[in-house]
Amino acid sequence: MSEAQLKNTGAERSRSLEEIFEQRIVNDEKIEPKDWMPEKYRKTHIRQISQHAHSEIVGMLPEGNWITRAPSLRRKVALLAKVQDEAGHGLYLYSACETLGVSRDELYDQLHSGKAKYSSIFNYPTITWADMGAIGWLVDGAAIINQVPLCNTSYGPYARAMIRVCKEESFHQRQGFEIMMSLCNGTEVQKQMAQDALNRWWWPSLMMLGPTDDVSVHTAQSMKWKLKRKTNDELRQQFIDQTVPQADILGLTVPDPDLKWNEETGHYDFGEIDWEEFWQVVKGHGPCNKERMNDRVGAWERGTWVRDAAMAHAEKQQIKKENQAKAV
Amino acid sequence: MKTNLYNYILELADNCLIAGQRLGELCGHGPSLETDIACTNISLDLFGQTRSYFQYAADIKGGDATEDSIAFLRYEREYKNVLLVEQPNRDFAYTVARQYLFDVFHLLLLEKLQFSQDMTLSAIAKKSIKEVSYHVRFSGDWIKRLGDGTEESHEKMQAAIDGLWQYTNELFEVTEEAKALAEEGMGIDVSTIKDAYYQNVTLLFEEATLNVPESKYFQKGGKSGIHTEHMGYLLADMQYMQRAYPNMNW
Repeated sequence: MSEAQLKNTGAERSRSLEEIFEQRIVNDEKIEPKDWMPEKYRKTHIRQISQHAHSEIVGMLPEGNWITRAPSLRRKVALLAKVQDEAGHGLYLYSACETLGVSRDELYDQLHSGKAKYSSIFNYPTITWADMGAIGWLVDGAAIINQVPLCNTSYGPYARAMIRVCKEESFHQRQGFEIMMSLCNGTEVQKQMAQDALNRWWWPSLMMLGPTDDVSVHTAQSMKWKLKRKTNDELRQQFIDQTVPQADILGLTVPDPDLKWNEETGHYDFGEIDWEEFWQVVKGHGPCNKERMNDRVGAWERGTWVRDAAMAHAEKQQIKKENQAKAV
Repeated sequence: MKTNLYNYILELADNCLIAGQRLGELCGHGPSLETDIACTNISLDLFGQTRSYFQYAADIKGGDATEDSIAFLRYEREYKNVLLVEQPNRDFAYTVARQYLFDVFHLLLLEKLQFSQDMTLSAIAKKSIKEVSYHVRFSGDWIKRLGDGTEESHEKMQAAIDGLWQYTNELFEVTEEAKALAEEGMGIDVSTIKDAYYQNVTLLFEEATLNVPESKYFQKGGKSGIHTEHMGYLLADMQYMQRAYPNMNW
């Protein structure tokens, strides 16, 4: 066979592999780590799953900020457990990502060098206790809307991780709402604290659902691979429709003068989102981008000698074991 | 009010509260995701134990006392934790050393306290033993890894042990309350677990290629409310909400 013929056969084979692959996705079959997959599928999944994992890990910081100052023992325990859940989510998402042939160290490198992104919401500061309520209620609320469809996504390890993540996230969301409820049933000062938190977190939460459909670069491909089931704008509308009645229950005012129920569409109309602010934060110039990265990189660097020691000790133990085996 | 019992419960619980608070500071800042999760776990266990003790103490105190008023609304001189547990997280070696030096004591104490004539203390001890057995294993394993890891980790681990050793002896100081309750079969005379403690610690340090410090100079004061300078800052953080926004529900 000539070189050209060989090339042709190769191309045909990969085309047919790709056809089979696409058909499997259409049939709702799960793609598993050892299955053939197009390189672009692999890369897109590494990007999205690691971005998700990074968000969990960086997301520990704004809430971790209140562990030492939580107002009651019950709240302290709940907050610790919540932040620990986030670390757990990070752990299984990194593991899911590793099944695609990338190591956790490489992924950390991408985060620490600023190459990889994480959810921009975590670049906002947590300045009062009410922020713990608002994050649970709004940020986890928006996250769930983003994530529930992923329980059925095409890549098996990701889909399975998301089932557990979503269960815990919905618990966190209720917990956040309950913090807000306690504040809103409390003193005037507590109500003001709750309203102030809603004012600060509302718009960034809407931005969490991603840029509008007309500028979202990954949507079409992601919809095809079931990494996405609804567009950003649809998800955002769903979040608003779901959250506004909850704000009403709390007796809080959503900080959008244009927010209005639209009988015709059966949805809330809402005001213009400040996309300039969104892109500013995405590009690294939000209120806490630098602090968050300094914290992550700092923790990693301060931990180097600890991780090195653990490796060295494990090697010594291994040698000891081998020597003992030899002696027998 | 049973003053002796109340004070004795604080002596037990404040160690858990303050050790838990110190570990909680690290959440999200540990050397790896796995150690972060484990340290948070231990912190959660300690706060859980604290709540059981304080709920019991609040019952004894009566009136408006709650687990939170006891945890957050005392003055510094009223906290009875040992100096060891309030020492700061200077680096991971200090955290691990502080935890291990406390955990070994804690487990020995609980193993005796489970037979207390006081049913509530006995129940708390029985439940806590399972948790604290894990704590000792975790911190002890890390002492071994760091002690017998690299040259750098060995030095850091040894420095942490040398720094914290002076606080170990206070663990075995018997307060008046503990003495009175021990005579009634409710409390534990901690001097009885001292030998076992130093034996356990020495064995593990040997395995970890670490030296047992020879210094015979020890610090004490925590049990009578005379703390190190670190304690005020820890309390300022911990009590911030309750002090800034008094008499509110959260």
